[in-house]
Amino acid sequence: MKAPVVNAQAVDGPAVEASGLVAEYRIRRRPGQGRATVQAVSGVDFSIGRGRTLGLVGETGCGKSTLGRCLVGLVTPVAGRVTLDGTDAAAAGRGARTRLRRQVQLVFQDPYSSLNPRMSVGAILAEPLRIHGLHSGRRDTRVRELLELVGLDPDHTGRFPHQFSGGQRQRIGIARALAVEPRILVLDEPVSALDVSVQAGVVNLLEDLQEEFALTYLFIAHDLSVVRQISDDVAVMYLGRIVEHAPADRLYTFPYHPYTQALLSAVPIPDPRAERARKRIVLLGDAPSPLVPPSGCRFRTRCWKAQQICALEAPALADMGGGHLAACHFPETRVVT
Amino acid sequence: MEAVSHTEVVSHTASPPELLRVRDLTVEYRTDSGTAVAVEGLSFDVAEGQTLGIVGESGSGKSAASMAIMGLLPRSARVTGSIRFRGRELLSLADSELREIRGRRIAVIFQDALAALNPMMTVGAQIAEAVRVHDPSTSRASLVERATELLDVVGIPSPATRLGQYPHEFSGGMRQRVMIAMGIANEPDILIADEPTTALDVTVQAQVLDVIRRVQERTRTSVMLITHDLGVVAGLADRVMVMYAGRKVEEGPVEPVFYEPSHPYTRGLLAALPRIDRRTARLTQIPGRPPQPGERPAGCPFQPRCPHAEPAVCGDAGTVPVAVADSHSTACVRVHEIGGDR
Repeated sequence: MKAPVVNAQAVDGPAVEASGLVAEYRIRRRPGQGRATVQAVSGVDFSIGRGRTLGLVGETGCGKSTLGRCLVGLVTPVAGRVTLDGTDAAAAGRGARTRLRRQVQLVFQDPYSSLNPRMSVGAILAEPLRIHGLHSGRRDTRVRELLELVGLDPDHTGRFPHQFSGGQRQRIGIARALAVEPRILVLDEPVSALDVSVQAGVVNLLEDLQEEFALTYLFIAHDLSVVRQISDDVAVMYLGRIVEHAPADRLYTFPYHPYTQALLSAVPIPDPRAERARKRIVLLGDAPSPLVPPSGCRFRTRCWKAQQICALEAPALADMGGGHLAACHFPETRVVT
Repeated sequence: MEAVSHTEVVSHTASPPELLRVRDLTVEYRTDSGTAVAVEGLSFDVAEGQTLGIVGESGSGKSAASMAIMGLLPRSARVTGSIRFRGRELLSLADSELREIRGRRIAVIFQDALAALNPMMTVGAQIAEAVRVHDPSTSRASLVERATELLDVVGIPSPATRLGQYPHEFSGGMRQRVMIAMGIANEPDILIADEPTTALDVTVQAQVLDVIRRVQERTRTSVMLITHDLGVVAGLADRVMVMYAGRKVEEGPVEPVFYEPSHPYTRGLLAALPRIDRRTARLTQIPGRPPQPGERPAGCPFQPRCPHAEPAVCGDAGTVPVAVADSHSTACVRVHEIGGDR
């Protein structure tokens, strides 16, 4: 059963490929101080194999959401390239771009603000069908199918978002993204607003949908435990750069980058004996401002291993073996979980 | 003052003396669509020097219960039952008497430090105010000294300089440290920390939890740690109370509750949780969702989602806790039938 999948990959290449991606925002610093440029994403390369999930983790302001938005075309990168299913997103003409947009859809974090409160669920789900001219003549049927797909009652098309709970609303957001039959979903913190007992159901749903439709996921989250559960591969971002990228089990078991080690060691484990026996790496200070990132390795100002070279040269992502990439001048694995 | 009855002393010889004794606490809100019960018949104790973790999901009543203890609920809330602090009934105290206890003997750290701090006052002035309110005779020089010391205790670098800065000049983690400094300014007996790290990134959360742990070790303050994060409780608490739909469903020392959870909700919660130290083939989901305050079923509130529910038995089960072991209790009436079956 596995063979055809491998073949398809070999022929078609990865579902998503990003190279040298740079994204910037112009911001106003303080009244009277003029504008400044913040580089949210500073030269990022990665690819996601078809039908696989790449978990993208990092703390507030590391650029992970901006990176996701570059994939769906909500942010236009100032440099670099995004290739979706082998097609360069920026070079595509108008018609091709609309087709590309259909292939990659976004699920937002906040199920409260991402659904129009004045539209019925039926209208919310029919809108993307209308925009892409799909299922004309049978849109009502398609809307019902979509609700069933995400585990909601198909008779509820006339209801409005406020009549649903947070978990149900997130399912509506997922149904809307699936409406146009995309091949790639960018999921930006899709379960972080949900309570634990509801979150598990949405995570399971995402896993089922991926299997059913051979979807490729970019799963962006700050919760490293959820990411481990759902991802095949994980990339860790710090101040606009990917510092480590590896198959999930490897990254969680043998992290190489000091930042990954600190991040993993900081996540509390719901097991009193294990939790109290752990040695935690407590980082000093806060992350520097992305307005003035440190020279060389951006993590060096908080790193206990930093040497002179770290200030002079930005370490490149290098293979530690087995496709485990880390960007550190002094990589060394260490068990922290 | 009321003398502690003899029988009570005898029954508590094994455990440290209790500081806070909550009995049958109920919090109701009157709303346009009727009465919403946020907390129902809640009873628990906090002992001297102990950390009690209170866990529950949104709407479980964990925050309403702690706000009732602080006397910080809006007037629309009706609070009944008993909250005794060192034997004094807080619910019948006049505002002036309550003020003496609140902030001095019982202090609180809120989740949102940015909203809780005054943006127009320097951090130093706010800490000094917290001290002066309860001790007006403190001299200016000793206020500055005390504020500097407090910032140092919570690990804020160059505290003397930071005193003159405003909250917006601090990062999220640093603001939460300022909140902790204000909370411990008067060396309270109980520190209520309501989701103190929820808004913070995980590496910053680790720093702040570290501060709470160190402060607790240093001052032997009792801590009520309210959180939805079971991992935080596992690392910090001595005892845990699990709340669901306004009620206590399980309470006990941390290890038995985590390793031998007896209430189906506690079991469900632990099984639904993805973990960083291992990958599960598939997360166990709890069907349905927590009931809204107006739609709670009669009897056990977890019954509609419970894999072990027997409508005949669970439908009129009260909130009566069943003891499963020494100081470990559960609100499940079927606990002995369901046994170790998870």
